[in-house]
Amino acid sequence: MSEVIVFVIFAAVALVGAISMVSARNPVYSAMGLLSTMFSLAVLYVVLDAHLVAAVQVIIYAGAVMTLFLFVIMLIGVDKADAYGRQVPAQRIMTFVVAIGFFAAIALAARSAWITGSGAFGDPEMNGTIEAVSDELFGTWTIVFLSTVMLLTIAAVGTIALAYFGAEVEDEEALL
Amino acid sequence: MIALAVTTSWYMMLAAALFSIGVAGVLMRRNALVMFMSIELMLNSVNLTFVAVGSDLGLIEGHVAALFVIVVAAAEVTVGLAIIVAVFRKRASADADQLAELRG
Repeated sequence: MSEVIVFVIFAAVALVGAISMVSARNPVYSAMGLLSTMFSLAVLYVVLDAHLVAAVQVIIYAGAVMTLFLFVIMLIGVDKADAYGRQVPAQRIMTFVVAIGFFAAIALAARSAWITGSGAFGDPEMNGTIEAVSDELFGTWTIVFLSTVMLLTIAAVGTIALAYFGAEVEDEEALL
Repeated sequence: MIALAVTTSWYMMLAAALFSIGVAGVLMRRNALVMFMSIELMLNSVNLTFVAVGSDLGLIEGHVAALFVIVVAAAEVTVGLAIIVAVFRKRASADADQLAELRG
């Protein structure tokens, strides 16, 4: 019963945060909504016994990624309040139709999987501790793990290149 | 008293709702930053399905997949935000609709 209460509370917080993220005009409020969604998802991960994923969710997403977002909002400025889309006619109505249709499609697909789906065939006592996850991560998935190291390095190099050469182009235009 | 229990389907429904809200955000908003946050929301909802199904089936692979998604999202955020800042420095705007040079 307590699991139901926790799920209902934090699912509601996640949904409210997500909706406020999409609807807020100020990007800072959008970031705060996304932050609350990420925190409540971390709580749900704890309920699901995914302790390492919950910790990583808080540290990487709620910590690093959202801080990065707030830094960029600070750089770009929040005074340029954008209007909702006006380029395509009836964009908002079309958006609602597409989103609700998308939800219906996902729900239908998930429902058919529950009817025909398999039962638990793994370890029913599975617990997502650091030990269990790292056994799998550094055992079966070592190559994939190492390739994520390359991915992160390439992303960092690309970011530096964008920042560096972007500045040069701007200077050239100032000279012209 | 009805015996209520949280099943995996509840988590799948929550993830589907979050994903649909993310889709709506990408389609509706014109601010590149908010569009980017909506993409992050979609990645988060997919993570929730990975973890929920992994816990349901008793497979640790779901958690491992969620960790890889988080790593890829972190890399994507650094590059995407750098692109947004670079575009802002050239155009003084984060409006995605103004980037139409490639329109035929």
